[in-house]
Amino acid sequence: MNRTKVDEEEYWNSSKFKAFTFDDDDDELSQLKESKRAVNSLRDFVDDDDDDDLERVSWTGEPVGSISWSIKETAGNSGLNHEGREQLKSRNSFSSYAQLPKPTSTYSLSNFFRGRTRLGSFQSLSDALSDTPAKSYAPELGRPKGEFRDYSNDWSPSDTVRRLRKGKVCSLERFRSLQDKLQLLEEAVSMHDGNVITAVLIFLKRTLSKEVLFRELEVRQVALRHLIHFLKEIGDQKLLLDLFRFLDRAEELALSHYREHLSIQDPEKRKEFLKTCIGLPFSVEDSAHIQDHYTLLERQIIIEANDRHLESAGQTEIFRKHPRKASILNMPLVTTLFYSCFYHYTEPEGTFSSPVNLKKTFKIPDKQYVLTALAARAKLRAWHDVDALFTTKQIRWKN
Amino acid sequence: MAFPHRPDAPELPDFSMLKRLARDQLIYLLEQLPGKKDLFIEADLMSPLDRIASVSILKQHEVDKLYKVENKPVLSSSEQSSGYPRGATCWAQCPCCREGSPWSEQARLWRGWERSAGREEQMVKELCFLVRPRIKNMRYIANLVNADKLAGRTRKYKVIFSPQKFYACEMVLEEEGIYGDVSCDEWAFSLLPLDVDLLSMELPEFFRDYFLEGDQRWINTVAQALHLLSTLYGPFPNCYGIGRCAKMSHELWRNLEEEEDSETKGRKPEIGHIFLLDRDVDFVTALCSQVVYEGLVDDTFRIKCGSVDFGPEVTSSDKSLKVLLNAEDKVFHEIRNEHFSNVFGFLSQKARNLQAQYDRRRGMDIKQMKNFVSQELKGLKQEHRLLSLHIGACESIMKKKTKQDFQELIKTEHALLEGFSIRDSTSYIEEHIDRQVSPIESLRLMCLLSITENGLIPKDYRSLKTQYLQSYGPEHLLTFSNLRRAGLLTEQAPGDTLTAVESKVSKLVTDKAAGKITDAFSSLAKRSNFRAISKKLNLIPRVDGEYDLKVPRDMAYVFSGAYVPLSCRVIEQVLERRSWQGLDEVLRLLNCSELAFTGGTKDDKAPSESLRLILVVFLGGCTFSEISALRFLGREKGFRFIFLTTAVTNSARLMEAMSEVKA
Repeated sequence: MNRTKVDEEEYWNSSKFKAFTFDDDDDELSQLKESKRAVNSLRDFVDDDDDDDLERVSWTGEPVGSISWSIKETAGNSGLNHEGREQLKSRNSFSSYAQLPKPTSTYSLSNFFRGRTRLGSFQSLSDALSDTPAKSYAPELGRPKGEFRDYSNDWSPSDTVRRLRKGKVCSLERFRSLQDKLQLLEEAVSMHDGNVITAVLIFLKRTLSKEVLFRELEVRQVALRHLIHFLKEIGDQKLLLDLFRFLDRAEELALSHYREHLSIQDPEKRKEFLKTCIGLPFSVEDSAHIQDHYTLLERQIIIEANDRHLESAGQTEIFRKHPRKASILNMPLVTTLFYSCFYHYTEPEGTFSSPVNLKKTFKIPDKQYVLTALAARAKLRAWHDVDALFTTKQIRWKN
Repeated sequence: MAFPHRPDAPELPDFSMLKRLARDQLIYLLEQLPGKKDLFIEADLMSPLDRIASVSILKQHEVDKLYKVENKPVLSSSEQSSGYPRGATCWAQCPCCREGSPWSEQARLWRGWERSAGREEQMVKELCFLVRPRIKNMRYIANLVNADKLAGRTRKYKVIFSPQKFYACEMVLEEEGIYGDVSCDEWAFSLLPLDVDLLSMELPEFFRDYFLEGDQRWINTVAQALHLLSTLYGPFPNCYGIGRCAKMSHELWRNLEEEEDSETKGRKPEIGHIFLLDRDVDFVTALCSQVVYEGLVDDTFRIKCGSVDFGPEVTSSDKSLKVLLNAEDKVFHEIRNEHFSNVFGFLSQKARNLQAQYDRRRGMDIKQMKNFVSQELKGLKQEHRLLSLHIGACESIMKKKTKQDFQELIKTEHALLEGFSIRDSTSYIEEHIDRQVSPIESLRLMCLLSITENGLIPKDYRSLKTQYLQSYGPEHLLTFSNLRRAGLLTEQAPGDTLTAVESKVSKLVTDKAAGKITDAFSSLAKRSNFRAISKKLNLIPRVDGEYDLKVPRDMAYVFSGAYVPLSCRVIEQVLERRSWQGLDEVLRLLNCSELAFTGGTKDDKAPSESLRLILVVFLGGCTFSEISALRFLGREKGFRFIFLTTAVTNSARLMEAMSEVKA
């Protein structure tokens, strides 16, 4: 105590932090008091410990959680190797605390996901406690009540879900029968908190075979949507595709598979991947788009290789005069057409890079074709091409 | 101009308390980590943080260096002597922060200071991460920690999630094998006052997470935020809401209040009404081009966290300027809610007045001059600076809008809203696509067409989609699938025979909110019925002669007199009735028959002053046009509106949220 006192004084003397000294006329102080009150009234926002029923007052009488308290706390203990939160708990505990395994967070997933991996674990009270022997000695003394209570098995599904929402420690291991698991899920869904729904789903995913999980989720749309989003986010593509397969959502399956191409950088690999997408159960029109996507990239790879060669050889006038600004790979079709009208306008239809070939292959409408060709030729100031395009009789000009 | 509030309009509550609260909580969290530490901050949190704290506060709490969390792949081989992988860029080095952020200068100074300090020290420094609860952030942290482990470095790590942590994040930490190495905390900073009447949760991802993916993870955050407000500003005697998310948030919020015997009991309410509204009740308004000054600035320059970066073309110098846009900017305050066509006239009038005031100094004697210099000059100079800035912004907007033929665009939008010459509008959109005009713009117009027309005719849908994919890339196939799922861009079901079945089905779907029916039906239930709603609520004002934008008659002025924002009209109607009574047909058309509710504490002691204060909560974002429209309504009726939104949004942001292909 004495040492702390001294440190404290030293702190105040040396600190430039004077906003929280106890001048009573200080306006900031009243502001502080106001927000302190708010902070305290909102303990649940800041604090996840289940010690609501403990008076949270530090030994100096400052309400725990106030700024002035926490400044002292920092000043007094800055050398110690404890974590702040744990520190304040240990204030009113015995020395046995030091031997306790220190959870880094007061609520932990590992707590409720533990168990099954352990050999033949029956999640009973004694079992849970034998895990960390120190706890069984003096749980009431050392541990916040909530953590202790967690090891008793009397949380109903709705209590469990409520605790999860508050971010408190809560083991889900005791929900072993399918009926219990589903009840837990339903409680979570009826509470509306997506974070809790996902937490329960993580548990279900781990403790149920996927057939059973999928079957049960099929009739629980809200939970199902959460699982799908969760799988997308963590990138568990395999399970996601299995799920879509199970649900007979052919189109989502196909789109989900197709989405993967976005993460493939290498054009050859991307092309090969797109090839695997062609047979997938897209809608009729989307199938055509996928086919086009594959064909387009295939063309672009050929054109790119060819033109890069031409450009570096330096023999072709158009590339010398107008060096390419970027590669044509992965560009949209219209951009490719523009490129082709720019660099390969006069080529015969037989070559892959000719505009006419592109137009035929991808069934580009006349209007789109002329519009793009005009833009490209005008940019080159190839006015006779522009004139020729204007006289093409297929175009019906608006206005 | 800038219509004053009626003298009986109530005072707004003081929301700066929210800032202090957030700051105190952050300090509290930092103080739990004694000793020097480096702080990694997520890019999205930097602007909000800027608004409530300063570098010196961090410095006081032993934060040593600041880094920006970047979600680039982190290469463990690139471990530098600093101990950080390449993915971590020092904040001060990052070009997007070099300008503007008041912190960057500080950060640079520290670096110099740090270099002279001992090096051994930094090996044991704790690392603290201030992040949104996102999976990719967890992977980033895991890479860092695992690289440290490989290199045999031991230190402590702390992750502070804002506004809350998600179990999925913890699961990733556990999977990556760093669960015990990293400790977690939460910084419940969910309400940032951007202005005297605007609170933002700064959660743009809310929109996609909920309205596309159906993930309800932010509902608890919303409920907590509402709980916080009622703790600070008293209970809300009257509560109204519409939309599934609104309903769920309301329920969860109620549960929260019941669980904690909050101190609100017996407290006098400060805010008389609260109105919760889902963004999908009204997509149309959010999809329209904005023509009120603040909205236009947002559409053109993007207002981010209440401030905007004006580039050289606006500042007419060679550097950009970061400008805070709020009620404190006297010039901006007067023009923010004005239709753009009035702004120029106003600014030039203002400039003339300013000139006159400057001119007064001629013919002053010494004493008067002294007074002038010491008292007025500073204010005049400030005003001058702001004036030239906004004039510059206007010019820049004009230039851009003339280039893209804004008039034609607006004409098309109005035609879509009113439902005439649909063919012309369709070919206008087509042309947009063919010419590869901005992909976002084309998408927006297609969505507007779809929602106002109850979906596109299959033939049009197919041809527009094909052209879109050809113009902007085939991978947008995924974007179209997203838009369809969200109900933003749909194809009409062939034939009208389905309507009878549909109405039956949609009833079924809404009855069973928990949803045991497959998704296929819910998209049917999402018929927008815009035309019918518009007629029912009189959204297209009949105009005899010219609509005088200088003297607006109704909220339609925010869209040049062509359209009253649907969201705002619904709010107006309910507030008038103090209930949903008589709006059954509207609710049916909005597919919200079961999703409208009323509630509240029904406090008889509520001071009459409070009953004219209304908090409107937009779940999924609100636009500046809606804010302006409701401010107008408030002035007309002697109310004051307060806005709480998950994020300020506009058409481009909505479209980008749906886009699968990130630029």
